[in-house]
Amino acid sequence: MRFTTSTMDLMPLQASQPFDPSKYRYTGPNVQPRQLPNTRSQAPITTGTSVIGLQFDGGVMIAADKLGSYGSLARYQNIGRLMRVNDHVILGCTGDYADFQFLRDIIDQKMIDEECLDDGIVTRAPALHCWLTRVLYNRRSRFDPLWTTFVVGGLDDDGKPFLGFVDKLGTAYTAPQIVSGMGGHLATPLLREKMDGQPPLSEAAARELLIRCMTVCYYRDCRAFSKFQIATLKAGSIKIEDDLEVKGDWEVAHFSKEHA
Amino acid sequence: MFRNQYDNDVTVWSPQGRLHQVEYAMEAVKQGAATVGLKCRTHAVLVALKRASSELSAHQKKIMPIDGHVGVSIAGLTADARILSRWMRTECLNAQYAHDRPLPVSRLISDLGNKMQVCTQRDGSRPYGVGLLVAGYDESGPHIYQTCPSANYFDCKAMAIGARSQSARTYLEKHLAEFPDCTWQEIVTHALLALRDTLPNDMDLTTKNCTVAVVGKGMEFTIHEDEEVAPFLAKLEGIQRRGGHGAAPAAEPAPLRDEPAPEEREPRPDSPQTMEH
Repeated sequence: MRFTTSTMDLMPLQASQPFDPSKYRYTGPNVQPRQLPNTRSQAPITTGTSVIGLQFDGGVMIAADKLGSYGSLARYQNIGRLMRVNDHVILGCTGDYADFQFLRDIIDQKMIDEECLDDGIVTRAPALHCWLTRVLYNRRSRFDPLWTTFVVGGLDDDGKPFLGFVDKLGTAYTAPQIVSGMGGHLATPLLREKMDGQPPLSEAAARELLIRCMTVCYYRDCRAFSKFQIATLKAGSIKIEDDLEVKGDWEVAHFSKEHA
Repeated sequence: MFRNQYDNDVTVWSPQGRLHQVEYAMEAVKQGAATVGLKCRTHAVLVALKRASSELSAHQKKIMPIDGHVGVSIAGLTADARILSRWMRTECLNAQYAHDRPLPVSRLISDLGNKMQVCTQRDGSRPYGVGLLVAGYDESGPHIYQTCPSANYFDCKAMAIGARSQSARTYLEKHLAEFPDCTWQEIVTHALLALRDTLPNDMDLTTKNCTVAVVGKGMEFTIHEDEEVAPFLAKLEGIQRRGGHGAAPAAEPAPLRDEPAPEEREPRPDSPQTMEH
């Protein structure tokens, strides 16, 4: 314990001598000093890498691989980082897996509470995206951030595709294509090339593009993994494909000087 | 002072299974000036009769805005209504902040009901002595809710509360089938006609003594007072007041003595006769 109570400033219960006010020194209220900021949340432990999301004609699609890294160790090789929130929202999470599990439980409970109201009003993606922004910003303001980045997908109140980003600082934006983590540097150019200034992708084209992005990430990102999931949300349906795999062709590695 | 030995505290039951303090609070609503709420398919409106406590004072405010999509009209203790409306405003703002969308009216009202119920079950507090008509518009359409000091709330197609409001409810029941297909201007006229029926013979609606509020599709909760009410009142000109309404009894005091209820009783003036469920 850093701070122990000084007996100097307490009056003895049974005084051996008469109390002398002139010798008594008041040392201020006996309050514990504020604890130092905890350091437990200053680095992630088990982490997931990139989440890639994009809008297509009539829905959104989010992909993430199934690896939980322990530093550079590929520790957990079959964990899902995508989540179906309700019939209208999906999300993916980059960063600390425990923090994701913590928020996933809270979101699940929120959805159960909403279901119990049975008033026919549902949480849609913009509402959940906003809520996550508030929660993550609140935690970073308490110097105890949840070390995560979320990609939230769904349809907005008008039935148009919605894709939103929130990071551990509470920074948030919406865009037609969103990549979190290392893939932000690797996959974003590929997505922009196919999407910017062009008509919305078809579902099939979107899926093909997403798989291409996952492949590039697998080659280039040391924390990426071959097994991955794709969640597809359209009006009235959510599909999560769980058994996808990048078939890597490492023959190209011989062209690299280091592997020669 | 007390009407009987079972009304010293809200937590004390009478042998007939009644909570007298709660019933007294229900009476407070009937002392307030009348207010009427009704809805069509796209809009909900509130109209209220404002009273001035003396010639020297201004007319008491009756309709309060809560959020862009909700507002309330009050009958009963104004001070209690202000506390409740302040709480409702906070709830709406918090919901908007957290979820970036207006708080659905049904959720606001059920939370309000839970809040009001607490003081009908704990000692040392009293029920809120105010009835509210809540008008709101959300993704499930327009809503009119009635709340009571007993912490009951009702989802209504149309409702009137306050002094002499039975006459207004009679009007509303008679025209209930017409409301859904009306425009919002038409239901304002219906609401004012219902409100006019609560007035004594020697009084009429004026721009000074009534307030109109509307909320609906593409329209934020808007309160019209003073001169802005004139165009609505103009629509009433030429429509005869119903004969014999002056003879309508003022809200009769409900039997409060602890005796078995008579076999056939008039429906209580506050009973929600036009609620949906």
